[in-house]
Amino acid sequence: MLAALILLPLALVPVALLAPWYRLRSWLLPAAGAGHLLLVLLALGHVADAAPGAWIGLDPLSRLVLLVASPLYLGCALYAVDYLEMRRERGNRTMVPCLLLFLAALTLAAMSRHLGLLWLALETTTLASAPLIYFNRNRLSIEATWKYLLICSVGIALAMLGLLFVAYAALRGGAPVSLLLTDLLAAGPVLSRPWLHAGFVLLLIGFGTKMGLAPLHAWKPDAYGEAPGLVGALMAGGLTSLAFLAVLRVMQVMTAAGALGVARPILLGLGLFSLLLAALFMMRQGDFKRMLAYSSIEHMGLLAVGVGIGGLATFGALLHLVNNALAKGCLFLSAGNIHRAFASKRLSDVRGALVALPFSGALFLTAFLAVTGTPPFGIFISEFTILRGIFDAGRLWVGLTVLVLLATVFIGMGASVLAVSQGEPTDRDLAFADRFLLVAPPLAMLLAVLLLGVYIPEPLWQLLEQARLLVEGGA
Amino acid sequence: MAELSNLCLLLVILVNFFTLGSARLGACIHAVALQGAVLALLPLATHGLNGHTLLLAAGALALKGALIPWLLLRAIREVRIRREMEPLIGFVPTLVLGALATAGAFIFADRLPLIEAHQGGLFIPTSLATLFTGFLLLVSRRKALTQVVGYLVLENGIYIFGILLAEAMPLMVEAGVLLDLLVAVFVMGIVLDQINREFSTLDTEQLSALKD
Amino acid sequence: MELFARAALHLTLLLVFAPLLSGVIARTKALFAGRTGAPLLQPYFDLARLLRKESVFSRTTTWVFLAGPVAGVAVPVLAALLMPFGALPAPFAFTGDLLLFVYLFGVARFFTVAAALDTGSSFEGMGGAREVTFACLAEPTVLFCLIVLARIADSLSLSALLGPHLAAAWRTPAGLSLGLVVVCLLVVLLVENSRIPFDDPNTHLELTMVHEVMVLDHSGPPFALVLYGAALKLMVLGAPIVRLLLPVATGHWAGDALLFLAGMLLLAVLIGIVESVIARLRLVRIPQVLIGTTLLSGFALVLVLR
Repeated sequence: MLAALILLPLALVPVALLAPWYRLRSWLLPAAGAGHLLLVLLALGHVADAAPGAWIGLDPLSRLVLLVASPLYLGCALYAVDYLEMRRERGNRTMVPCLLLFLAALTLAAMSRHLGLLWLALETTTLASAPLIYFNRNRLSIEATWKYLLICSVGIALAMLGLLFVAYAALRGGAPVSLLLTDLLAAGPVLSRPWLHAGFVLLLIGFGTKMGLAPLHAWKPDAYGEAPGLVGALMAGGLTSLAFLAVLRVMQVMTAAGALGVARPILLGLGLFSLLLAALFMMRQGDFKRMLAYSSIEHMGLLAVGVGIGGLATFGALLHLVNNALAKGCLFLSAGNIHRAFASKRLSDVRGALVALPFSGALFLTAFLAVTGTPPFGIFISEFTILRGIFDAGRLWVGLTVLVLLATVFIGMGASVLAVSQGEPTDRDLAFADRFLLVAPPLAMLLAVLLLGVYIPEPLWQLLEQARLLVEGGA
Repeated sequence: MAELSNLCLLLVILVNFFTLGSARLGACIHAVALQGAVLALLPLATHGLNGHTLLLAAGALALKGALIPWLLLRAIREVRIRREMEPLIGFVPTLVLGALATAGAFIFADRLPLIEAHQGGLFIPTSLATLFTGFLLLVSRRKALTQVVGYLVLENGIYIFGILLAEAMPLMVEAGVLLDLLVAVFVMGIVLDQINREFSTLDTEQLSALKD
Repeated sequence: MELFARAALHLTLLLVFAPLLSGVIARTKALFAGRTGAPLLQPYFDLARLLRKESVFSRTTTWVFLAGPVAGVAVPVLAALLMPFGALPAPFAFTGDLLLFVYLFGVARFFTVAAALDTGSSFEGMGGAREVTFACLAEPTVLFCLIVLARIADSLSLSALLGPHLAAAWRTPAGLSLGLVVVCLLVVLLVENSRIPFDDPNTHLELTMVHEVMVLDHSGPPFALVLYGAALKLMVLGAPIVRLLLPVATGHWAGDALLFLAGMLLLAVLIGIVESVIARLRLVRIPQVLIGTTLLSGFALVLVLR
């Protein structure tokens, strides 16, 4: 069952490479996405938690991430059909296999119970997504791809070193040297502290680069700015969630070792810095796709702050993971439509999206409200939970800082989004018109965020609570 | 066999210095190839001859010592780049920084809590020094190809540390190191090709249109 | 009496065989270039020819101009008395003689440069400036190397530094440092003796000359002294390298002397090979290489200190 989850998209890769029909290749994506979602739902219901020695298996955390990533992927895949139809001149011979490979790697990373395997899968997602950023084949996309590859490769290399350090911590502590999560958790108390701490920092740098936490975010605005909207959606919603999962895995080990006192302040610091940096760069940002990248940095910062505080805030962060992925999907896809229609992503060129593109414009505006935490959307609930967690923990100043920064982000982002959506379009007959598959997936994601704002299903609630306990132990 | 591995590690450090001090890209790539080949000897020298170490050595020799340098050499032939002109930090300052870092690594490694067998050895300090050399190359050079060389040196540093754990760990992770190297350079190579076509130079300084 | 015999043997080895090294280097280079080359004894013939010639002195020169060649011969002879030749111990040894050894060559350089400046020619001044610059950069390397050796031998006398313990030291972890020291000393040998890739003793382009331009105005017997002094210097500075690489003793003085000479000849062949396969460095690169060597020797020091 679990193997099928990985093998399904992999099996479609050769089909995508060999199939001569353009349309069929495009439709492979929704097929893989739908099959994947179906299998995920089945697996969530029927597959028990992983056995101790297994390299691949499920636990509440991986269930949560799969539950987030799979619907997001299906939405993006449906969107991709019409998007690729519109961009026939670019071809889809690279895009489709890479997206399929991306799905396989993503699934493997979510389910791996071995830190080395997790690392390998994350590296594969980097490699699979590099050609996607390069989709537009111009100077700017090369620059973005080069930065993405170089920075992420260095990050992932440091993560490898971090893994070796953790293994050395086990060796020095006299425990069996293994990167299996269960072995590491069992060996937690004897792991040699200096090596574990150094390993934690390196792993945080490595996976934090992938997440896009400041100051390791340098690739993010470029990559998100230059990649097609659907790739941005997949990266901001899927890839970052995976990287966050990797960070949580490391936190699990730190919890088992009783070293949360070291780990949490570091995460909290990185998170606050990300929030600050995002708020600063969001002001006067003249490019609305780059602005979305900074929004992503902001939300990654919030996740880090949540886990850095712990307790209720961690619960909030996990809920935020779900909300953020869906809201980001909607935001990136609708922004992609606006970018297509106006053939520019500069604020100075884009005006009156609401008039020109009634659906996409409205979606973009609403998704902005959702993503900045306006009630009644789900992000309001999750951000509120994180803040309550912070105040409950007695961290008054941290909470106030986060609040001020969130307000700054709202103002800065609001100025840009309103400039894009309101006013009169300079050019009234655009070559682009909203199509069903280009607006339905973002709409569905937005509705899901809205639903999570008013009602959290009981199974999801339980899953979140189990995942929190997994990260923080019984405490 | 400890003498052989010490000699290898010393060679690795010398190559580090050479790559920091040399402006000629071809020479740098040859030096890194030599470093890769020397690193291939290390698992054999440390853990003796067995299937596992042989596989590791063969893989390292084929990838680090032969394939990747060959790809890079082909790349410089095609784009006709010989020298690293005007690095961000000059050759002598980077060399001095590299030497200071190497000395620092040796002093630092003595204070690390190592297990009995690794104490006083050259592995950890060499690994740290090589890592730092790679970093220095990555941040101080402008040419995309030199940055790839820097990345390779960085990976070599990690590989040296990995050898210490080669016996205790399953093959999986070491394979990861090699695989990662291969694919990273492969993809980088494709991108380099495109950078060259678009910009007719491999100077990353020109990749600076995207900023805030 | 014992002391006299040792000093006599030392000086005989030095004074008689030094020019032969230049001949071997020239012959090796000729063979690499596919030529037969001059006879091995050509340097002796050259010296004899120059000694028979008449000297021409510029009117601007004073006695300083002559002091250069004289110091160029006197210093290596004095320094040789402190330096063990292979397993033959130095006639004189005292604590701290290694500093005297280093700065004796400083004195020689001072006089050579002064002699060059004495001509009043701008070319020679330029050569002197270059020579001093490179020497400044090479000096830390020499000192670092000597400190490494001193640390290994736990002594401050050249004879003890290059004593019989070296054979055993190669097999300890300190052997790595010894290897680095040999590399560094080899570079210093090439720099100090104006060999390729740092300088070219055969060049005739004033702009690229370093050492040669300084002695351009010397002729006849003083020039013979200059050439002879250069040959002596090569032998004295090559001696520690030979000792480091061949730390063995035969037990008899004649055997030791023969072994040393064989080592020196091999070193000369090595220099010839280096000169044949390496192109001359651009002038601006030389300081970079020398700084690199300094760092390398510093690194060797870190290795033995930790």
